[in-house]
Formats: sequence, C-alpha cells, structure tokens
Amino acid sequence: MTVQNRPLSPHLQIYRPQLTTVLSISHRISGIFLVLGMILLTYWLACLASGPEAYRDAYALVHSLLGRVVMFGLSFALFFHLCNGIRHLAWDAGYGLEIEQAYTSGKAVVAAAVALTLVAWLVALT
Amino acid sequence: MRTPLSGVRGLGSAKEGVAHWRAQRLTAIALVPLALWFVISMISMVNSDYQTVVAWMGSPLVAAMLVALIVAAFHHAQLGVQVVIEDYVHNEGIKLASLALAKLVIALLGIICAVAVLRVGLGN
Repeated sequence: MTVQNRPLSPHLQIYRPQLTTVLSISHRISGIFLVLGMILLTYWLACLASGPEAYRDAYALVHSLLGRVVMFGLSFALFFHLCNGIRHLAWDAGYGLEIEQAYTSGKAVVAAAVALTLVAWLVALT
Repeated sequence: MRTPLSGVRGLGSAKEGVAHWRAQRLTAIALVPLALWFVISMISMVNSDYQTVVAWMGSPLVAAMLVALIVAAFHHAQLGVQVVIEDYVHNEGIKLASLALAKLVIALLGIICAVAVLRVGLGN
C-alpha cells in the first residue's frame, strides 16, 4: 500500500505556534534525544563492565568539551521530558485540562526544567 | 479458535488497544523516582574514579534499582519510538520493518545495559 500525494490543507505554514503546541512537539523531540542518550548510557555501562582502561575512555568522552555540551543538552531534555511527562500524567488522570490550566502548567514545566538543569549543573561543577 | 472477534483483533489503528497506553503510563510513573535517583547518583559521582563507581554498583539494592531503571526506561523508549514511527511512516512495509528494527535494537541495548550492571554488581 503506497501513499498517494493528495493535496493537504496548510497547517504549519499558517497556525501561529502556541505554548501548547511547542511543548507538545518538544516533548516528542526531547524523547527522541533521550533515546540517543540511552545509546550513550549503554556505551558507558559497557565500558564500566569492561574494566578500568575501557572506563577511562568513556570518562574522557563524557568529560570532554563536546561531551559536556551533549550532557548539558541531555540533562535539559531529561528534566523537560520528566516535568512535561508529569503534566501528561495529570491530564491522563483528568486534571488541568482547561486551556488556562494548560498554559499555567506549561510555564511551570519550562521553569522547573530550566531550574532543575541549572541546579544539577551547579552542584555537579562545584 | 476462529471467532469473529479473533479475526478482527489487532486490526484498525488501535492494534493492541489500551495495553500500549497503559504500559507507557506505568513505565512513566516508575521512571519519575528512578530517573531522579539515577541523576542524583550520577551527579554525586561525577568526578569519581572506576573503583568508586564499581563499589557503588556492588550494592544489591543499587544493582536492582539500576535493572529496574533499565527495564522501565528501555520499555518506555520502545513504546515512544513506536508511536513516532507509526505517526510519520505511512508505507506499510517500511513502517513494519522500522517498528521491528526499533524494537529489536532497543531491546538489545537494554540487554547490554542490564548485563553490564549485573556483571559489575555481582563482581567481575
């Protein structure tokens, strides 16, 4: 069964991005990014299980400049996905489904994710 | 047994129905405390050497929680990736192949992680 190229009405070209839609796609994007992070985690655990020499390579990779940048991105992705995930669970339980509530919780999620990331890195770097 | 119900089960967009939805929520709930515990643990060992990390994993409780984290996280990831593939891949053949590949790769990565944790935790 192949897809025929039927005409579609424009959506991304005309709808203004809103907090709700942006957070929704960000939840998906952060999830995908975290899957990549899990590949990195697998590498790290495999190195740990392979002995000190292998672990040294993993440690060097994570602590390199590129490694730190990636870890910063992954930590923010994790905290955002975690906080927005809780927001999703609340919706699944039936709470906070009104538009005003969705915007309030959305802002709280972004603030919490940023705060958690900053606190985590502050603690880690001192 | 070929009942009218068995013939239609699995068809339609719901496929397995609510089981996928439930599993996603259940693993998510488990991951809230597990992921936070993991992050806090990693931060506390950010500059630690090999021996320290190995010793930490040697605790049976830590090893058990790591395995729980791995099972929950990789299952949650697999379910999430499945939804993404189903949303964006419309060619039925490519979609099924992608879903199978994603499931197998994620399962393999999870097994590698679990074996690594058990290897270190039980002592090489």
